[in-house]
Amino acid sequence: MAEVTFLEALRQGLWEEMERDERVFILGEDVGLYGGAFKVTDGFSKRFGASRVIDTPISEAAIVGAAAGAAHMGLRPVAEMQFIDFISCAYDMLTNYVATARYRAGLSTPLVVRGPCGGYVRGGPFHSQNPEAAFLHTPGLKIVYPATARDAKGLIKASIRDEDPVLYLEHKWLYRRIKEQLPEGEEILTPIGQARIAREGKHLSIISYGATLWKSLEAAEQLEKADGVSVEVLDLRTLLPMDDAAIVATVKKTNKVLIVHEDTRTGGIAGEIAARINERAFEWLDGPIMRVTAHDVPLPYAPTLEDFVLPQTEDIVKAARWLAAY
Amino acid sequence: MALPATRPTAAYPSGAALSADQLLDIYYFLRLTRTLEERLVALYRQTKVIGGLFRSLGQEGESVASAYALERGHHKDILSPLIRNLGSLLVMGAQPVEILRQYMAKAESPTRGRELNVHFNDLEKGYLGQISHLGDMIPVMAGIALTFKRRGEPRVGLVYIGDGGTSTGTFHEGLNLAAVQRLPLVVIGEYNHWAYSTPPDKQFAVQDLAEKAKGYGVQAVTVDGNDVFAVYEATRFAVERARRGNGVHFIEVKTYRRKGHAEHDDQHYVPKADLEKWGSENDPVDRYTQRLLSADMVAEGDLKDIDDRVRVEVDQATDACVDEPLPPAESALPGVYVEPAAADKLWFKAL
Repeated sequence: MAEVTFLEALRQGLWEEMERDERVFILGEDVGLYGGAFKVTDGFSKRFGASRVIDTPISEAAIVGAAAGAAHMGLRPVAEMQFIDFISCAYDMLTNYVATARYRAGLSTPLVVRGPCGGYVRGGPFHSQNPEAAFLHTPGLKIVYPATARDAKGLIKASIRDEDPVLYLEHKWLYRRIKEQLPEGEEILTPIGQARIAREGKHLSIISYGATLWKSLEAAEQLEKADGVSVEVLDLRTLLPMDDAAIVATVKKTNKVLIVHEDTRTGGIAGEIAARINERAFEWLDGPIMRVTAHDVPLPYAPTLEDFVLPQTEDIVKAARWLAAY
Repeated sequence: MALPATRPTAAYPSGAALSADQLLDIYYFLRLTRTLEERLVALYRQTKVIGGLFRSLGQEGESVASAYALERGHHKDILSPLIRNLGSLLVMGAQPVEILRQYMAKAESPTRGRELNVHFNDLEKGYLGQISHLGDMIPVMAGIALTFKRRGEPRVGLVYIGDGGTSTGTFHEGLNLAAVQRLPLVVIGEYNHWAYSTPPDKQFAVQDLAEKAKGYGVQAVTVDGNDVFAVYEATRFAVERARRGNGVHFIEVKTYRRKGHAEHDDQHYVPKADLEKWGSENDPVDRYTQRLLSADMVAEGDLKDIDDRVRVEVDQATDACVDEPLPPAESALPGVYVEPAAADKLWFKAL
């Protein structure tokens, strides 16, 4: 066993897939000699060469488009968005070209688009985004969003091996904050489409993913100690396709649901989860499905503002306490 | 032969590099393109074409000639056509019956009724259908050319972009990326004067599209797009240059869209005199035919035989598919992903 950070686990996963399969290659801005803005691909260029670690112009649409063309031809591109905020520049390419390719034309497009997402880091409006909801209603894409180091590794490997395009979201607040013992010499693969119970509980379920998964776990711990409320925490891990069975199972177990995500509220993923619970487990509910999310504003820079806008552990504690008493 | 880097010359090419069989082959594809489109017009008027119908009248020459300059066959060069490059598709081996089925949304169409008109592909034969978002195929074809380069394969990608399409961001991003990576990619810029109803002076402030390409360090020429020989020679040169590892080449073909954006569009915004002039003096098929005959490159009887053969082929293709069924409704669900294999059928369908 060795202790690795979330970032190192991701890096290991990428490295192992590059070693395992020469079809895998990386393209993006500053990914080569510089090793990436967050050093996820540090050392890759030296080991795998410039033809497999390609530094590109600042052209997100061309990065994703070229990845798609290469994927059609049997390569396995991993495209980095330097910050995931810039994926909006490739929105057309991903949603219109890539996501539809198999359905409309029988084209195989096994590519991964990955990049650092998320706030709590004073990044301001354009270095803190969570774009998952913008892609959730795009049939043809898969979206994974690991919270643990193990899943950071297991999901990047599974994403690269998947036959369809995968959007891999990696929270930069977790990069060096999360450390975990991972076995050496054992292949870690996290199946796409499977949620994970991060904490067992009886009275109330919190459904979350990414950075707020950790804040939800903190909140659960506090509620257990202070209130004796037993909170189950479900880590979605994959947002598309969503693990309906795991969601329904936790609802049937605790009968109360709080959905927590860092993205803004309106049109966010929590709304979709709530709709699914309503359709599949309405009669199992003992209270309203509630949401803790970011406020509906662009994410501001100043610590006082960002901390207020984004969901914090104490927000989750208060919301869960309210729901437990309902 | 080095091509001039600027304007085309009327003196361009002799056609000497093409054998008599190849000259007749090109004539066949020109005639097939035009005849097949005329058949589609008839089917459109009978409401058998489900969506719009897009004509390439006046642009058949550059489509056929540019595609003909590629290495064709299993796992050779790959092109990505636009809506007015039916001729390019046919040259690469797409079958008339496939085109007809696509337009009529038949179950047996290459996309099983999921996509329209020429939006389909066969990468083994060497064509990748476009999507409607103009410019997007430039980066995608750059990615295909990147794969050729990475694997050390002597293959070339060719992609078309219209004069209007050169205004999109993806065109510029893709061309620049391809230029920086020195990819084996040839871009055909079709200056056909009309982007739906928008004329060039509202689309860009340069004279020639080639100027845009040069801005990215890309070799660029402008040729007479209605001269089959000129387009063939220029493309051949560019393709072989790209194949040798000398990077991207842009060929601007000056031509004219002689029908509306689609069949519903009466193109009232197009000056009648222009249409008349391009039609009577500068039709690419007429020019090619006259050239062949006046230089005694082929016999008139050979051309007539091809005309007859094309008519029979289009008739047979039509008969083969016109009465075929549309796809069954629930065939809409599978194939979004490998896994899950099909989208869920929604609950209210079972009520």
